[in-house]
Amino acid sequence: MAEASKTEGKGFDPKRRKALQDLAKHAAGAAVTAAALSGVAQQSRALPVTALRPPGALPEPAFLSACVRCGLCVEACPYKTLKLAEFGDGAPVGTPYFIARNIPCEMCDDIPCVKACPTGALAKSLTQIYKATMGTASLVGRETCLNMLGLRCDVCYRVCPAIDKAITLERTHNARTAKHAVFEPFVHADACTGCGKCEKSCVLEEAAIKVLPVILARGKGGAHYRLGWEEKRKAGHELVPGIVDLPDRMPEIPTGEVPK
Amino acid sequence: MSTKRTAGREAWTQHGWWTAHRWLIARRVVQFGFMVLFVTGPWFGVWIAKGTLASSLTLGVLPLTDPLIVLQSIAARHIPEFTAMLGAAIVLVAYLVLGGRLYCSWVCPINPVTDLAAWTRHRLGIETDWKVKPQARLWILGAILLTAALTSTIAFEFVNPITTLHRAILFGASWGLVSVLAIVLLDVFVAKNGWCGHICPVGAFYGLLNHTALIKVSAKGRVRCDDCMDCYAVCPEMHVIAPALKGEKTGAGPIIRSVDCTACGRCIDVCPERVFAFTHRFDQRADAASVDATSPHPKPLKAA
Repeated sequence: MAEASKTEGKGFDPKRRKALQDLAKHAAGAAVTAAALSGVAQQSRALPVTALRPPGALPEPAFLSACVRCGLCVEACPYKTLKLAEFGDGAPVGTPYFIARNIPCEMCDDIPCVKACPTGALAKSLTQIYKATMGTASLVGRETCLNMLGLRCDVCYRVCPAIDKAITLERTHNARTAKHAVFEPFVHADACTGCGKCEKSCVLEEAAIKVLPVILARGKGGAHYRLGWEEKRKAGHELVPGIVDLPDRMPEIPTGEVPK
Repeated sequence: MSTKRTAGREAWTQHGWWTAHRWLIARRVVQFGFMVLFVTGPWFGVWIAKGTLASSLTLGVLPLTDPLIVLQSIAARHIPEFTAMLGAAIVLVAYLVLGGRLYCSWVCPINPVTDLAAWTRHRLGIETDWKVKPQARLWILGAILLTAALTSTIAFEFVNPITTLHRAILFGASWGLVSVLAIVLLDVFVAKNGWCGHICPVGAFYGLLNHTALIKVSAKGRVRCDDCMDCYAVCPEMHVIAPALKGEKTGAGPIIRSVDCTACGRCIDVCPERVFAFTHRFDQRADAASVDATSPHPKPLKAA
């Protein structure tokens, strides 16, 4: 067949030419598809700060490689907390999330959403709901919070499933009245699961306490930071023995010439 | 030109409405049935199959997972847990045995949509066609797997109209249905059977599982074919028919061997000469030329 088509000489083969053209056409089409889809995927990666993942969810980049968007966790949630994201919700389409201010996580003991997940996008290693880190509550409205104004609202503290562990009331001086106390709702990040009960129940028009993604709420110290007092405690002694204690300089009235 | 032939009309008049539509009706019933399995839970609180076509759990015991989505997840460097793997294995084996593209015709919720688009296109008499080869979808399948690997996300699920439609039916309509509308417009105005026949990477994947398909359509009565072309008119993958239908000249068997055949059975319905039939892949029987084969129109067989 090839010989018959090589009539035009110089090895020109129309069939081969056509096959190569088809190959190029399809490869180009595939490349365009991959490029467009990559663009969509990159654009859709970000999760809005108000959207929280179900308990046990893998950290965000890994979650999108594991979640098949089947909705089994959503159907397993007895409180209809979880939703599958639609276009326009901000969260990647089809992935499960919840908005604490709408319906917070009720922290079921048996964690049915994690049990329902077939892929491990919600990690089965989470067996105790109090170890979940869906986010971390943060008192962002320090000037609107009624407790911070010196009143006794205390609602976020009262509804917290980990009361006195995740939220405590810290008594400080009320500088405005000079004779009362301020009971500040204080979040202890290591005990906060990010369930959102505090944000849901905040009595303000816009919640003063909000559950934020862990990284936003907690900040993160440099990996190389060492806290001297902790290192000392761990080692059981001074890390730099024989440190020179320089004399403290005291303020003193300069003598001699007064500069002009 | 003035009296355009409507595919299936002759079969209808000769054999009755039921015989000319039975596989179409059967298919719609099965498609509807699959939807009912999933819908009763979220709609009425009666749980049969939980989840969606991406991954599901039927009656609390049977896990089923779309193997292509699992493959994308692995390409994105996540090894799914046992349940998803088992579910994918069950689906994989079932389709490898029965025929991968049965999914396209009998399960996929997009199929009724694209069938409607094909019907609309026919009724509007739209002839324009964008020349895309059926193998383009294999390249697109490669592209979505590559994208999953490059972005470390199951990227196709951001746009997949099949799961989008399924989720929309189960959990409420969404803007994602725009992708379904796009398919309709593509199929009606741009390319005949454009989505299912040329582009859909899910169909391409299930086509790869179609090589060992047990359930096949056979052109066993091909001696009776009078070239009315009705089967070509209704077939969503019309290139699959000729090798079997005209196989006597080339010595090919009557079984439609192409992996692109979705075994929808519409050709069986519309053929006035009752050429086609469902059978298994090892059935090489073909009807002998009947005694009155010399007459242009053999006596129609009475439907059983």
